[in-house]
Amino acid sequence: MAIDGPTIAEVLRQQGISRRGFLKFCATTASLMALPPSMVPAIAAALQHARRPSVIWLSFQECTGCTESLTRSHSPSIEGLILEQISLDYHHTLQAASGTAAEAAREAAMRENAGKYLLVVDGSIPLGNAGFSTIAGISNLDMLKETAAGAAAVIAVGTCAAYGGIPAAQPNPTGAVPVSAIIKDKPVLNVPGCPPIPVVITGVLAHFLTFGSLPELDALGRPKAFYGESIHDRCYRRPFYDQGKFAETFDDEGARKGWCLFKLGCKGPVTYNACATTKWNQGVSFPIQSGHGCIGCSEPGFWDAGPFYKALSMPIGPAKAAIGAAAVAGLAAGAAVALRNRSAKKSAQAAHQKVTIDDLEKSK
Amino acid sequence: MPSTPADDEAWRGNALPLLNEIRHALDRLLASGETTVIDLGALPMGPQDEAELLAALGTGEVDATINAGGPSSVRETAFHGVWLVTHRNETGETQARFIEVAFVPELLMSQREDVADSAKALSEQLREEQNIRK
Repeated sequence: MAIDGPTIAEVLRQQGISRRGFLKFCATTASLMALPPSMVPAIAAALQHARRPSVIWLSFQECTGCTESLTRSHSPSIEGLILEQISLDYHHTLQAASGTAAEAAREAAMRENAGKYLLVVDGSIPLGNAGFSTIAGISNLDMLKETAAGAAAVIAVGTCAAYGGIPAAQPNPTGAVPVSAIIKDKPVLNVPGCPPIPVVITGVLAHFLTFGSLPELDALGRPKAFYGESIHDRCYRRPFYDQGKFAETFDDEGARKGWCLFKLGCKGPVTYNACATTKWNQGVSFPIQSGHGCIGCSEPGFWDAGPFYKALSMPIGPAKAAIGAAAVAGLAAGAAVALRNRSAKKSAQAAHQKVTIDDLEKSK
Repeated sequence: MPSTPADDEAWRGNALPLLNEIRHALDRLLASGETTVIDLGALPMGPQDEAELLAALGTGEVDATINAGGPSSVRETAFHGVWLVTHRNETGETQARFIEVAFVPELLMSQREDVADSAKALSEQLREEQNIRK
């Protein structure tokens, strides 16, 4: 809506916020975007000219967990983000309008900001029967295509929109696919996680808001600033992996001492996300700090990747570079676990009986 | 699961390297006046790391609060030139935390734009008062 309205700096100034307050805003924005504090002057300069982007948010096959996560973002607060820094023109869970008025708001935003608005999608899109998921009688596929056509870029929030997610879990009854399987002619940025960390969602929006462009992405379409390093590499328990100190059960001495959770199925070594540094609940903790391994929820296929409590079937690369007897012991322990689990995995696969929709219907 | 460590070694490790980084930053500040800002939210910190870091830095002579878009606290640690800056929003939630190694943290200084506004505002006020007295 406000594409040609006042700049962010002007909005803040109109609210009586001083230059000092503006610089504080820039400093917290830098931290939010996982950019180094040395970028603050660049952010300040960019925000002098940045205008509030129009955002259209579409929810398809999802559980609303991503929106729940977004509304718990404290930095900037979602109220602040919506009311002051972005113009959220359509979000059927959060908006006051409903029915025809809601759809009219979407159409108006698309018309007025053609080619400039940001489209955010959570949830996967069913390619099976169009009736599996509709909004206002419009199939998810049609609504996505229609709304993406005039968007500057599409942000796929959550693992469902990014990679298919739980709705795409075998046997994928609705034929669920991610946004990137449908939209090929626009930049698609993935912000996976089940749900993503709240400030990662707002951080990506803040990046677009600040620089008017999308951040640098990895091979899976994720912003490198947040998904550039594995949970394992940034984990404060990482030194115990290198020393070969593992918790064997959730209540043994190793667990109490806070040792590495690799043997208990932690997927941190193969999961790229910001949980270990950004953390959750205003930086209070994250799963590993609370004593549970990472389940790898920001990785494609995590939903069908086997049991959460089985150790990964391979020891992880970077430990090879570590020097010293302790590191070797750790590696050896990891290899032994890997061997055990490879054979367990094979037998599980052999014994695995697939359940089809027909079976479920028969058992009713 | 336990939130308190059973033994200290399990929950420490990152405070010491950070203290070393701060020491090098102090050297740079003395040698060239270069300031350093470290974002504490970007580092992997264990449950005890932060408490250990703050305990090691201690409390210094200056404790200031900036009220701009929510309260921010700017505290000098026991080491002169090493400041702990915490930004909070209007509802008191912590938004970002930095260690700033500087003679004066930038946000404590009045900003040129604000000073210009103030000069204008004070002139305005004086003009009005003079008009009233006439």
